[in-house]
Amino acid sequence: MIVSIASGKGGTGKTTVAVNLALALSHVQLLDCDVEEPNVHLLLKPEVNQVKPVCVSIPRINEELCNHCGKCAEFCEYNALFVSAEKVLVFPELCHNCGGCAIICPNHAIVEEKHQIGRIKMGIAGKAELVYGELEVGEPMSVPIIREVKKQIDRSKNVILDSPPGTSCPVIETVRGSDFCLLVTEPTPFGLHDLKIAVHVLKNMKIPFGVVINRAGVGDKKVYEYCKEEHTPILLEIPFQRRIAELYSRGIPFSQEMPEWKEKFQTLFNQIERQDTK
Amino acid sequence: MKQITVLSGKGGTGKTTITASFAVLAKNAIIADCDVDAPDLHMLLHPQIMETNKFKGSELAVIDEAKCTKCGLCREKCRFDAITENFQVAPLACEGCGVCTIVCPASAVTLTERISGHAYISKTKYGLMAHAMLSPGESNSGKLVTLVRQNAKILAEKENADFIIIDGSPGIGCPVIASVTGVDVGLAVTEPTMSGIHDLERALQLLKHFNVPPIVCINMYDINGDNTEEIIRFCEKSGVQVAGKIPFNPIVTEAMVEGKPVQEYALGSDVAQEIGAVWKSILSVLGI
Repeated sequence: MIVSIASGKGGTGKTTVAVNLALALSHVQLLDCDVEEPNVHLLLKPEVNQVKPVCVSIPRINEELCNHCGKCAEFCEYNALFVSAEKVLVFPELCHNCGGCAIICPNHAIVEEKHQIGRIKMGIAGKAELVYGELEVGEPMSVPIIREVKKQIDRSKNVILDSPPGTSCPVIETVRGSDFCLLVTEPTPFGLHDLKIAVHVLKNMKIPFGVVINRAGVGDKKVYEYCKEEHTPILLEIPFQRRIAELYSRGIPFSQEMPEWKEKFQTLFNQIERQDTK
Repeated sequence: MKQITVLSGKGGTGKTTITASFAVLAKNAIIADCDVDAPDLHMLLHPQIMETNKFKGSELAVIDEAKCTKCGLCREKCRFDAITENFQVAPLACEGCGVCTIVCPASAVTLTERISGHAYISKTKYGLMAHAMLSPGESNSGKLVTLVRQNAKILAEKENADFIIIDGSPGIGCPVIASVTGVDVGLAVTEPTMSGIHDLERALQLLKHFNVPPIVCINMYDINGDNTEEIIRFCEKSGVQVAGKIPFNPIVTEAMVEGKPVQEYALGSDVAQEIGAVWKSILSVLGI
């Protein structure tokens, strides 16, 4: 099954949950879809055995064929083309790679060429297979890299997807097609507020979900009240403990040093499987 | 008028806590919350909305079932997998590019307007505020950030403000790029964790890429002294000033629960004092 880990608010512990969950399972594939700031590899230290560039197609204008009619710029919803009497300018960072300009050009003056926006890396860490993406700094669009990471999904395995924070397109792209989504939050007003937005998204997408409360003990009780009212299951609580925070700061998955947690993450996965069959 | 963006790369390092305190410290500022898909600043600053505007991000394809011959060309040409097997448009996948409208031989597809969120202009006790809310799951967050910044700029000109203080979103992708382009200084907030260090490096590269002068502050610096030292060494080597080290203190969460900026809730605390020092460093970087 495919389980995604999302949150709304950043820094709530998505990666911590994803990594510790992966370490508790066998036959597991972990995909880091936070391609803007991938962190899973910092905790798992994989041996990378394959790197693949990720490219998008951007238009290139054949000036010999172009008669500057301007239809391409008129069509482009993203203002990625500018046509003057002498010249056509392409702005790759605005292009959404839809391919429409090449279709609409009456003179066949537009061909698409590859433009690299990042890469995906594949490797092994212990028993887990790891795939992660890296967006080139300065490139705005992470979604094509997330798609490439997700193409590596091996459905015969237990697949865990670590999502970026927020609730906009990169998150949608990550959680799309998941059998279950774990929402990691913290019991604070910010945590609750962003959790509600994430819940809204998942309900819209009809993806079953449950909540993990990280740093339990800080803040207030409102997240608990909300989950109760909404009949949202709280599947795991990770207490706010200096030792857990310290291990994280050193890049060590805490269940490796606190073995009692391995079992808790196994139980979490069993609960997800049960929720999924409901 | 100077623009300051607070960013971080990694989420949850304390951007909003720090921005809210800056709003208290800056006497004549416009505040802009540019984390449009998970905005939190309003929970500390309690804006009273004066003006709401609809945000039209991209359009949405609509298929006229009466005209559709189910030929499948739109599905084949759509690069966003937005047309389902029974020829419905999946709104969350559709990027409104319009390719389907030009390939459809039956002219059955049109683009329609869609509201992707709202932009607000508000009053707070610390000054005027521009903010927004992207509808959950929508795309075009970068465009909405640009709209918030335009609104902030109009307010700043009208009010003759000295600063625009911008709260960014995590990451380094399109909304963050839209939040940092053309600002006078980017404050990268990090934490002394392996992830914090890695993400800081990428956030600083981003600022360099867009020629934004950087400055760094380390939040919760005392949770790992060695990593804090490493960040300081890295910044020295890169020629980036570390403007402050903010200690871990549960008072930050307490202030959040009370819905107040730390600078107001616990003015005498070590956290508030250090944020004050960071603000002073920013002023000196800006030559004020």
